[in-house]
Amino acid sequence: MPTFDLAVTPLRDLNQALHDIAPGDNDLQFDVVNPRGHHAVASGVHAPVSIDIHGSVGYYCGGMNEEAVITVHGSAGPGVAENMMSGRITIKGDASQYAGATGCGGLLVIEGNASSRCGISMKGIDIVVRGNIGHMSAFMAQAGNLVVLGDAGEALGDSLYEARIFVRGKVESLGADCIEKEMRSEHIELLAALLAKAGISDVRPEEFSRYGSSRKLYNFNVDNAEAY
Amino acid sequence: MCGIVGLFLKDKSLEPELGAMLSSMLVTMTDRGPDSAGIAIYGASSGNSAKITVQSAKPKKDFSGLEAELMKELGTDVSIDIKSTHAVVTLPKGMLEEGRAAIAELRPDIRIMSSGDAIEIYKETGLPKDVVSRFAVNSMAGTHGIGHTRMATESAVTTLGAHPFSTGSDQCLVHNGSLSNHNNLRRELKREGMTFETENDTEVAAAYLTAEMAKGKNLGEALEGAVDDLDGFFTFVVGTKSGFGVVRDAIACKPAVMAETDRYVAFGSEYRALVNLPGIEAARVWEPEPATVYFWER
Repeated sequence: MPTFDLAVTPLRDLNQALHDIAPGDNDLQFDVVNPRGHHAVASGVHAPVSIDIHGSVGYYCGGMNEEAVITVHGSAGPGVAENMMSGRITIKGDASQYAGATGCGGLLVIEGNASSRCGISMKGIDIVVRGNIGHMSAFMAQAGNLVVLGDAGEALGDSLYEARIFVRGKVESLGADCIEKEMRSEHIELLAALLAKAGISDVRPEEFSRYGSSRKLYNFNVDNAEAY
Repeated sequence: MCGIVGLFLKDKSLEPELGAMLSSMLVTMTDRGPDSAGIAIYGASSGNSAKITVQSAKPKKDFSGLEAELMKELGTDVSIDIKSTHAVVTLPKGMLEEGRAAIAELRPDIRIMSSGDAIEIYKETGLPKDVVSRFAVNSMAGTHGIGHTRMATESAVTTLGAHPFSTGSDQCLVHNGSLSNHNNLRRELKREGMTFETENDTEVAAAYLTAEMAKGKNLGEALEGAVDDLDGFFTFVVGTKSGFGVVRDAIACKPAVMAETDRYVAFGSEYRALVNLPGIEAARVWEPEPATVYFWER
């Protein structure tokens, strides 16, 4: 089980070792200590490796992740899991701005709060936040699911495409073209599966409200100019 | 980008370490802004004296004989402590205005960095590590302080364009971001009698707060006004003689992390800046909310 102490080992060595994992390798459990807010910890990993980071990380942790299961036992700076493709990233603490931005797949679980622009332009990723999320979250989100157990800040889902948003708490305000939608049985099922996947068993899917696009901004129509 | 840091001590036993702690925080933020660096330190104010920090491009020429000339001009005891391109002029309390006027008269090329009972500001172009070692910031004691490492966007890379900006007695401000209405606001503030030394947007923000506080607001109230009256991107960290405040604009895209323990309140553009602080592992660490004023006073 390789352990990297970032207080003594350059970050580049850790990321190189993670990038060097070849198909069939069986040393697939990495421990990282003393991350001390370093940027780009475990970014660009493309292997079914499990990485435990003990402490808080800076910008872009786990960016572009494919297949890896990354757990940050601390908080994450801006851009965690940006453009994730697959795999799973768990943040035990809080996440800063634009968590999971542009993510194409995989699961991002934030056990604390996420800041502004969570899930901005998400394209298929699933994001589950146990706490609150900040303003302009899911802006231009295209696909995937954003699940928030706490509250959401201003302008949630502004200019939203087909991503689904589930919020259990209150929403400060909805962005342009984002509306509350009915929770049908298929949404309850979907949400139950997402919560189970995120390891959350103390809330029920029925407690959430669903938000989505009213699809008025898909094509320009002068009658909808007010919605912009 | 720019990197900003701030530290407000609650525990007196940390005061001898203020300069060292702030320097370490600032040097960590070097890659956010390598153009220039500056630091404001609030030292313990002695009962009867005040100080003016000055800067000169030709320190040998400008500082030579200044002590004696100032004493003669002001008719009182004055002492000067020269540190590289800066010097701290200590004079009796209540003589700051006369002191500033005398310095301007005797040495027109000297720039005044700060004045007040407790504040000293050191700033120069160059890397933070060089700036802090040039002024021996590591060995300075104090109650609170703020620092800035600059990536210049709105005005030239010069000593005067470096932060912190001080536009009032014992007041200073550092800024990450850029303001879009600073020219209009500068004109309005000039009409109200404020004076400006640079074309820098941050100087306008500092002058705005000074003008608001001159109207009787406390720092917290002045910062509330800044959220409405300043347009653009900003994360500000400000200091007064006894206070320390933080505010971000409503969009809040400039980064900020805060930490609080029983011993201190700390601010950094990034968490990295805070990792060497004592007890940081157990501190309450959070991201300041947009358009929300955070303010501590002793």
